[in-house]
Amino acid sequence: MHIMEGYLPAAHAAGWFAVSAPFVVAGAIRLKRIVTERPQAKMTLAAAGAFTFVLSALKMPSVTGSCSHPTGTGLGAVVFGPAVMAVLGTIVLLFQALLLAHGGLTTLGANVFSMAIVGPWVSWAVWRVAGKLGASIAVAVFLGAALGDLSTYATTSVQLALAYPDPASGFLGAVLKFGGIYAITQIPLSIAEGLLTVVVMNALSGRAGKADEIRVLSGEVK
Amino acid sequence: MAINRSWWLIAATVAIVAAPLVLPGLGGDFKGSDDQGTDAILASRPGYQPWFQPLWKPPSDEVESLLFALQAALGAGFLGYMIGRRHSSQRGDVARR
Repeated sequence: MHIMEGYLPAAHAAGWFAVSAPFVVAGAIRLKRIVTERPQAKMTLAAAGAFTFVLSALKMPSVTGSCSHPTGTGLGAVVFGPAVMAVLGTIVLLFQALLLAHGGLTTLGANVFSMAIVGPWVSWAVWRVAGKLGASIAVAVFLGAALGDLSTYATTSVQLALAYPDPASGFLGAVLKFGGIYAITQIPLSIAEGLLTVVVMNALSGRAGKADEIRVLSGEVK
Repeated sequence: MAINRSWWLIAATVAIVAAPLVLPGLGGDFKGSDDQGTDAILASRPGYQPWFQPLWKPPSDEVESLLFALQAALGAGFLGYMIGRRHSSQRGDVARR
């Protein structure tokens, strides 16, 4: 999902910065409030950041014969709500842009939008809806994390199609072309991410499947 | 029960990741999708020059893999510490009761 440095036209790069900035600011405010109100949540917040750190470093092979990486943003989105992941995801993307030449500073706004905003919001929304429909915690977390991961890559495909519409088939053709590269490759990996998120969440809370599992993690109950 | 389920989930995750490498008929050169995306841009816009370069690039693939491994190790190390801490504090609670 990383759009490489210098590969978005300047106007697009600036536009995605403008779209992403309010989410990151709102996330920072929310993060500050969580830490003040529930200091015991600090460790889980750090763990949510660490999970994103690990998963986004792991490039895994997919059935399409190419490699891609999960994002790990679903765990924090489910526990703390999607807003804080805008901040944690931005930190991870900055690390990769500065030290790994993976992604970039000019494309940071766009990459933050796909990985740290759309992914977490989709994860959170799917998790809420699945829970309302009566899914168990594990199933709701799995669906949230997996679909959030997939939506990040779908977003990247749309972002690239907006910047580089196909000369012959236009924007939609380009969505399909980039979607074939990013989103299809990501399907098995997002399933893997969903499964791993359930495992790590259970291990962190120590109360797998119990009704207060998520609230233990978010520091709302001890 | 939950521990048991976790092992099954981990096994399924490993199977998903390993399948493309070992199943006949699948496979390919396993290039990164990010690089393929960049290639697709260059294919549709021949001669495109990125207008900004990374400030710093790892000087070799080895150094790059070192940094990626470091990223994963830092994250995994902290997660392991957290899981251990939670479990030992829970055991402490039980003992106090």
